[in-house]
Amino acid sequence: MDRFAPVRSVAVPFARDNIDTDQILPARFLHLPRDADHGACLFRDLRWRADGSEDPDFPLNRAPWRDVRIALGGRNFACGSSRENAVWAMHGHGFRAVIAPSFGDIFAQNGLKNGLLPVRLPEATVAAMIARAEADPSAELTVDLQAQHVIDADGIAHPFEIDPFARRCLLDGIDELAFTLSHHEDIAAFENRIGRDNQ
Amino acid sequence: MPTMFEKIWNGHRVLEREDGQTLLYVDRHLLHDGTAPAFEMLRKRGVKLRAPERAFATPDHYMPTDTRRIDEIANPELREMVASLTRNAAAEGFTLFGLDDARQGIVHVVGPEQGISQPGMLIVCGDSHTSTHGALGALAFGIGMTEVAHVLATQCLWQRKPRAMRITLDGALAPGVTAKDMILHIIAHIGTAGATGHVIEYAGSAVRALSIEARLTLCNMSIEAGARAGMVAPDNTTFAYLAGRHYAPTDWDRAVEGWRALCSDADAVFDTEVALDAGAIAPTVTWGTSPQEAVAVDGIVPDPAAAPDAARRAEMTAMLDYMDLRAGQPVAGIALNRVFIGSCTNGRLEDLRAAAAIAQGRRVADGVRAWVVPGSAPVKRAAEEEGLHQIFLDAGFQWREAGCSMCLGTNGEIGAPGERIAATSNRNFRGRQGPGVRTHLMSPAMAAAAAITGRITDIRTL
Ligand code: SF4
Repeated sequence: MDRFAPVRSVAVPFARDNIDTDQILPARFLHLPRDADHGACLFRDLRWRADGSEDPDFPLNRAPWRDVRIALGGRNFACGSSRENAVWAMHGHGFRAVIAPSFGDIFAQNGLKNGLLPVRLPEATVAAMIARAEADPSAELTVDLQAQHVIDADGIAHPFEIDPFARRCLLDGIDELAFTLSHHEDIAAFENRIGRDNQ
Repeated sequence: MPTMFEKIWNGHRVLEREDGQTLLYVDRHLLHDGTAPAFEMLRKRGVKLRAPERAFATPDHYMPTDTRRIDEIANPELREMVASLTRNAAAEGFTLFGLDDARQGIVHVVGPEQGISQPGMLIVCGDSHTSTHGALGALAFGIGMTEVAHVLATQCLWQRKPRAMRITLDGALAPGVTAKDMILHIIAHIGTAGATGHVIEYAGSAVRALSIEARLTLCNMSIEAGARAGMVAPDNTTFAYLAGRHYAPTDWDRAVEGWRALCSDADAVFDTEVALDAGAIAPTVTWGTSPQEAVAVDGIVPDPAAAPDAARRAEMTAMLDYMDLRAGQPVAGIALNRVFIGSCTNGRLEDLRAAAAIAQGRRVADGVRAWVVPGSAPVKRAAEEEGLHQIFLDAGFQWREAGCSMCLGTNGEIGAPGERIAATSNRNFRGRQGPGVRTHLMSPAMAAAAAITGRITDIRTL
C-alpha cells in the first residue's frame, strides 16, 4: 500500500443518503480480478445510460469533477453489500477520501485497508461542503490525515476522528496482516488454551 | 451482567491493541466462489492458511441454477470463479461442498444445515448476510476481501467492539405473518442505518416462538438495518435443531450445558433498546429501492409530499420514478412480470412449504415467470421427498438447482430492464436484480400468491 499523503482536490458531491454499494459497483463486475480496471465500472449504471451514452447530469460526468480525488456523501454512505470491490472502484477511479456524516460499517473498514480514507464529519459541515461544491465545482478541499483535519474552500480546518492504528498504517503504508502475523505466538497460545479444535 | 454478545466476544479475545481494537479468534470461516481475490492476496505474500480445518466452502454466487456442471457455464470468467474455489480447496486443504457434493448450497444455508454454525461461535464470511448464523446463538458477521485474506492467514480478525442493541418482539404473530414480515417491519421502523455500529439481539415471546429456520430469516437481514450482526439466544429449539447434524459436537451434553450459559444475564444492559408489538405486524412488502421502504400489503405507496424534509422528498420521488409507482396507489394489485422464491433469506424447507401451500392446486398467472430456487441441495432433496417440487411444477413454477440465483444475479440470472419482480431475497436496491429491474421484497407465501394472481396480493384475502 502507498503512504497516504495529504490530498488536495475538488470534491464531487453524491448528495443522497443511503447510497448502497450495489450502485457504487454493480454486481455484474464482482468477478473482475483485483488488478482489473474497477475504476471504469464505478457507478456504472448511474454514469451511463442504457444506450451507452454518458448521463450529463451525473456529477462524475461534469467537467471539474471528472478528475477528482475527494467525494462528499450523504448519511450511511456505501451501505449494503460487503463487496470490497466498491472500494477498489472508488480508489481505481482516483478517489483517496470520502467525507460523509456516516458510512456503512464494512465499507469504512474496507476503505482503511485500501487507501481510501473514510472521513466522518458532522452532518451540517458535510451539507455546507456539498452546497459549496454545487455552487462552485472548482472549489478545492484538502484532506490531511497527518493533521487529522479537512481544510475547506475557505481555509477553515475541520478536525476528524480516526482509529489511531489505522491512521498509522495508512500514513506509513503498512498493512495490518504483517502486524498480526508478528503476533503468531499470542494466537498459538490462544489456540492451545481453547484446544486446537474446539469443535 | 454481560449480554450474550459480550460473553461470546470475551471468549474470543486474543489481544488488545493500543487503539482499543481487539484481535478475535475465528471459530468458523465460511467461503464461497467469490473469494478468489483473497487467495490471490495470500499467494502474492507466500502465506498459507493457518487453520484450514476451520474453513468450509461451497459454490453459490456464480453457479447457474439450471445446471450442476461447471463446464456448462458459458461465461469463462464466471466459470473460473467456481473452478478456482475447487482448486484452492485442493491446494489449501479446506473442506469444500462442491457441485458434486450432496451438501452444496448457499453458504448461509449450508452452515446451519450441516451443524457447522453453533451457539457461542465466532463465525465470519466474506458476505454481508453472515449475520444469518446468529440465529443459532453465534456471533457472525460479514467481512471484506482483505479481511478474508487476513482470517485465512491468521484465523483472527481485528474489530472494534460494537454496541449492543436489543429488539424485543412480544405478542403472537397474526396468521399469514412470518419472520420475513417481522424483519421488514423492524427495518421500516428503525431505518436502514438504525442499528449501525450495533450487534442486535432479538428477544421476546414472538422470537422465542420462531423455529430456527424462521430465526435464520430474521437474523439474515440484520445487515439491512445497518447492524454488524444479529443473534437469538440458544434454547431448546436450537438444541433440537442441531442434535444429530453432521458437525454437531460429539460431547453433546457438555456442549448444551455451555450453550445454556450463553444467554444475556437478566440484568444485562444494552446500549439501545427497541420494543415492538409482534401482533401488530401485517404481511409486509417493499415499494422503494431500500429495504426500509416497506409497508403493510394492505397499505398504500407513500406520498413524498408528506416527507419531513426536501432531501427525503427528493429521495422518495426518485424511488417512485425508478419503481414506476404513484403516491397513494394501493400496494396490493401492483402487476408483476416475475417471481423469485429462494436465497439465504428464504430458501429453506419451511419457506418452500409455505410457498407450496399457496401454489397447491393453483396456476401461475399468464405472462408471469416464476422460479423456485432451493437454498441448498439438501433442501431440494427434502422438498422433493415431500412432493413440493411437483406442486410447484404442476402450478407452472420452474424448479431449479441450489444457489444464490436472482438474489444477486452474479451467475447471470437477472431480470430484463423494466421488469417487476416479487422476490423473497433481501435487497431491493436499484439494479440489484439487473439494470432497470424493479424488486419488491416479501415472504415466500406472499411471493407465491403474487405468482398466482400476477399481482402483489394480500395472502389473507387469497
Ligand atoms: S443468496 Fe443473496 S444474500 Fe445470500 S449469500 Fe447469496 S447473494 Fe448473498
